[in-house]
Amino acid sequence: MRTKLHTVAAAGAAALLLASCGSGESDGGDSAASGTLTGEGSGESCTIEGEVPLGAVLSLTGAAASYGESQQRGLQLAAAELAEQGGVTYDLTIEDDQTDPRQAITLFDQFVSDGVSLIIGPTLSNAAVQADPIAQEAGVPVLGISNTAAGVTEIGDYIFRDSLTEQAVIPQTVAQATEQFGLQDVVVMYSNDDAFTESGYEAFAAALEEEGVNVSETITFSKSDTDFRALLTQAQESNPDALVVSALIEAAVPLVTQARELGIDVPIIGGNGFNNPTLMADAGEAAEGVVVGAAWNSASDNPENQAFLEAYEAEYGAQPDQFAAQAYTGLKLVDHAVRANCSAERDSIQQALGQIEDVPTVLGEFSIDENRDADHPAVVQVVENGQFAVLE
Amino acid sequence: MQQLLNGIFIGSIYALFAIGFTLVFGILDRLNLAHPAVFAASAFVGIELVERGGLSLWAALPIVFVFGAVLGLVIERVAFRPLKGRADAHFAGLISSIALAGMLIALLQWRYGPDTRRFPPGSFPDTRFEVFGAQVTLVQVVILGISLALMVGLTYMVTRTRLGRGMRAVAENPTAARVLGVNVDRVTAVTFAISSALGAVAGVLFAINVNTAQLGMGAAIELKGLAVIIVGGMGSLPGALIGGLLLGLAEVFAVQHIGSSWVNVIAFGLLFVILLLRPQGLLGARKVREV
Repeated sequence: MRTKLHTVAAAGAAALLLASCGSGESDGGDSAASGTLTGEGSGESCTIEGEVPLGAVLSLTGAAASYGESQQRGLQLAAAELAEQGGVTYDLTIEDDQTDPRQAITLFDQFVSDGVSLIIGPTLSNAAVQADPIAQEAGVPVLGISNTAAGVTEIGDYIFRDSLTEQAVIPQTVAQATEQFGLQDVVVMYSNDDAFTESGYEAFAAALEEEGVNVSETITFSKSDTDFRALLTQAQESNPDALVVSALIEAAVPLVTQARELGIDVPIIGGNGFNNPTLMADAGEAAEGVVVGAAWNSASDNPENQAFLEAYEAEYGAQPDQFAAQAYTGLKLVDHAVRANCSAERDSIQQALGQIEDVPTVLGEFSIDENRDADHPAVVQVVENGQFAVLE
Repeated sequence: MQQLLNGIFIGSIYALFAIGFTLVFGILDRLNLAHPAVFAASAFVGIELVERGGLSLWAALPIVFVFGAVLGLVIERVAFRPLKGRADAHFAGLISSIALAGMLIALLQWRYGPDTRRFPPGSFPDTRFEVFGAQVTLVQVVILGISLALMVGLTYMVTRTRLGRGMRAVAENPTAARVLGVNVDRVTAVTFAISSALGAVAGVLFAINVNTAQLGMGAAIELKGLAVIIVGGMGSLPGALIGGLLLGLAEVFAVQHIGSSWVNVIAFGLLFVILLLRPQGLLGARKVREV
């Protein structure tokens, strides 16, 4: 069978219209390709005649665009590999929510009425909290590939994610850092106008308490801030053993640079927002000693990861980041779920995603737990000589 | 001590931004809301010159200055001059400058994408000093120096030179100025050029100071720039410097004594208090206009 797969980026409204079906069928799954979304065989041998329509909502422009771009690359790489593999053909449509939850809601509405089998995304937890209920209501499964805030999968039984929550990664990070550096007093800093960093802060606060580390001061800032000198000076005055920071990368780079400039040489422990090669590229020397937990270990030598690194490098001439790895894994997991029952009906995918267990992926042995959250080992990294190394 | 210096340095950035802003606002009585876009565009152009062009920062700065001046001429020509005859020219100019700013930012995004950009490491000497136990970087000292120098230089220009006299005459009464032989269009254009050139330099220095340049960097500082102008007194260049420092110190004070979430409450509260006590701003002259 010939496989065809087109990926329509950003302004694919026309293609969406073509791919759309009667809007009256928005509940329960059957689309224009009615009846052809169930095939024969199972797993590897599964063959589905119709094209499986998938929608992805990513932040390709706006504040989170650097994440969305990585995700787009990861998805497209996975899509290309799946097209090669054959048997099941995916029609993946990627749309841009412009880092605006309202736009994400509109796109979710559109995908739901277009009859997609599953929606991937949106990029930010902020948008997920607002857009996911639309899919839940319509019975369309959603796979978040970067939502790490608490409560996203609590929206309903159609909402899944392959991104480890901050709640899963942070306790491990804090425990290991505490042991490594003998932390007793720390200062916590976070931007309190963003759902992701706020939930990261809560996870840090809980983990620090768990480990018996004293928080001598908690300092808040805004995600758009770039001058942190006054805040850092204040932090410095309580002479902490480490700075614990929950911030997006845009704030993380100037914060780390300015901390070192003011002579703060203690370890800086960051949330998931710090988990970005940009940190070393742009903060340079200042990034040394930054500790960050990650869902994906770029150095992992499992065969899936090695193949991914190679394919990504060949396609884009750059190293992938965690966002690309999770996006890539996401589409592979969707394929796994579709093949499990050899059906791309919405309810079938929903049921199969829930049963994913010990699937070898780029992220390691991957399972979906009873809360529809990702379950796989995390890794604690520290920046050494301009690279993430495993903290041991 | 460190906090005092932090406040002074944040403040001098505000001042640097506001000095260019207030030149057009206070002297020509036009609010140019494309100024923040010039601020961002110049930082990106500066980074491009250093990163791709391989220029040193010292070579890039004059080019950015010229780039800003040209942008200023364009802004004046496109967003302000066509509207000057209208009865609502002030308001119309304000709106059309917002529109132009939107287009500029869209162009930037098209050219550079949405990512945060930075000057390559080492493009500015990483020199640090210790002053009374506090850390000060060379770039901060340079920014403070440039702010002071610009303030003095511009004040001299506005009060003593022919061009400055022309500006003030245009501000007072464009028709009378024309009768007296002032080339109103040219004076207006030159004022815009100088204003934007200053905004451009401010953008580059700001990006170096915080190691970050974003499309929204101008928008983030815009309101503060306006506050500084109001606090200092519209059109007063020393006022812009003092207003900037005051705002910077108020923010740092808020962080230190009240809590970081209160920074904007304190900073903008200061604005209201000053407006109540001294509506013309700290160094502003009460303007009396007769019809």
